[in-house]
Amino acid sequence: MSGHIVTVDRIACDGFGTCAQLLPERIILDEWGYPIIDPTPVKGSEHQHAKRAVNACPRLALKLVKAPHDAPARPVAQRR
Amino acid sequence: MTSTTRPAPTSGSGAISPRLLGDAVGVDLGKHVKAFGPLPSQHKVKRGHAGPLVAEVEASGLAGRGGGWFPTGRKMNAVVSAAGASRKDPIVVVNAMEGEPAASKDSVLVHRNPHLVLDGAVLAAQAVGSPVAYVVAHRGSRSVGTLERAVAQRTGDPVELRVLSAPARYVASEESALAHFVGEGIGLPVTVPPRVFESGVRRRPTFLSNAETFAHIALIARRGSGWFRQVGDPPQPGTMLVSVSGAVAQPGVVEVPTGTTMRQILGLAGGTTGSVAAAVTGGYGGAWVSAGAAIDLPFSVDGLRPVGGVPGAGVLAVLPTDACGLVETGRVVQWMAGQSAGQCGPCRFGLAAVSQDFAMLAGGKLKRTGLGALEKRLGIIPGRGACRHPDGVVRFAASALQVFGDEVQRHLSGQCSAGRRTFVLPVPAGKVDLPVARPGEEWR
Ligand SMILES: Cc1cc2nc3c(=O)[nH]c(=O)nc-3n(C[C@H](O)[C@H](O)[C@H](O)COP(=O)(O)O)c2cc1C
Ligand code: SF4
Ligand code: SF4
Repeated sequence: MSGHIVTVDRIACDGFGTCAQLLPERIILDEWGYPIIDPTPVKGSEHQHAKRAVNACPRLALKLVKAPHDAPARPVAQRR
Repeated sequence: MTSTTRPAPTSGSGAISPRLLGDAVGVDLGKHVKAFGPLPSQHKVKRGHAGPLVAEVEASGLAGRGGGWFPTGRKMNAVVSAAGASRKDPIVVVNAMEGEPAASKDSVLVHRNPHLVLDGAVLAAQAVGSPVAYVVAHRGSRSVGTLERAVAQRTGDPVELRVLSAPARYVASEESALAHFVGEGIGLPVTVPPRVFESGVRRRPTFLSNAETFAHIALIARRGSGWFRQVGDPPQPGTMLVSVSGAVAQPGVVEVPTGTTMRQILGLAGGTTGSVAAAVTGGYGGAWVSAGAAIDLPFSVDGLRPVGGVPGAGVLAVLPTDACGLVETGRVVQWMAGQSAGQCGPCRFGLAAVSQDFAMLAGGKLKRTGLGALEKRLGIIPGRGACRHPDGVVRFAASALQVFGDEVQRHLSGQCSAGRRTFVLPVPAGKVDLPVARPGEEWR
């Protein structure tokens, strides 16, 4: 299943970083412990992992949502 | 800042008289009607249907004057569609908060011609099918009293007008925070989506715009889109209010066609007082530009883009050459970091870190590795808050590193070339206002 992206509700997120442990291929933590998420669509092979991270988020902050039409095609690290 | 007004400048085609600030009739409704004509009448619309004014606003090319310059007609249409889809009547909110410390245009507008803002609110509410328009200003500001007195003069408006005072905090005027305040009495941003145009005040589609935007709507309803487009930069036509401050002879608010050059705007503010190095464009969520590079560029979205500037909320604050741009930026960033609602980690901790870095840089204590860390922080914060507050602070801080690049190098070796000991940019003092409605304070 493609065309989905991982997003986080910034207000709900507690910054303990469970998601980065479960989905390291898409999520790294900043120096304060908050997730930096690859904004590109989730690949089919990553989908199971992504779902697991979403289900494990203690604050229900992490979500797997349909990619908006303007979703960036490049990973966040290469931007700006 | 004083509320001086001067006529709009002469462009190639001739003199342009002010649209919003002319006449200055104050709260007197009779004088207002004499100066601008009566409120145009409109038919009641069915839910999910837009009144003809919406198409007229769209045709006018009016773009929001609250900072984002988003097409107003498109926003009104989105509100109407959301009303149809959700089967809820929309709500209208006038953002007269003017959170930007270097801005005074909305309070000057409200003081001079409050009924233009109120007419715009009533007309827009009718056109999108809203039964009520809330007009919200900072708690304790002069605008609250002026608006209340102006509303008291009006009878027989087809929609209800209510004046509210909201917490005098910078982020309380961000759109989701303002809708949250009007609905629930809590002036803090909420997670989006849904955006306020689909689900704002009490989960209703909400047309929320800046006070100046509504005043333009009031004149478009009377004079039409063709008239509106007669002046200004074609992509975002019309006039705009600019709050000019800093090293100018007559700080205050001027009304100019969008795309007027900075040189002309400064001329209307009495000219500069001595040589100038740089200027803040847009506001504290805007950007620094070097005076030399920007002085003859059009003050508009497209005109300022080549130098990284933005018209934003119409702020133009000029820095004299004897001031230090890094010291000024450090003070602003510290204040802006303190305005974070503290709800999102990257904003709360990230802005605090950037503020500390800037304090060190301004004081000549930052080392080259520290500058690298600062730049890295500026790179990862944008887009990672629930609202755009951190993005604005980062843009402002990053633009300072660019524009004052030579000064950064000097500061890294512990020096500063500034000669003055007083500050140029205004930074409000005092504690941050509580984000919630006070006991007994009416908010809806
Ligand atoms: C931190 C923050 C503060 C803001 N403060 C104001 C403000 O004081 N007045 C205002 O009109 N818009 C302010 N805005 C912009 C609003 O969110 C909103 O976009 C605007 O009121 C929409 O009006 P417009 O379409 O007429 O521009 C602020 C935005 C942010 C992120
Ligand atoms: S697991 Fe959830 S709450 Fe924890 S850091 Fe990740 S997104 Fe935030
Ligand atoms: S980004 Fe900052 S100001 Fe905006 S809601 Fe989050 S913490 Fe508050």
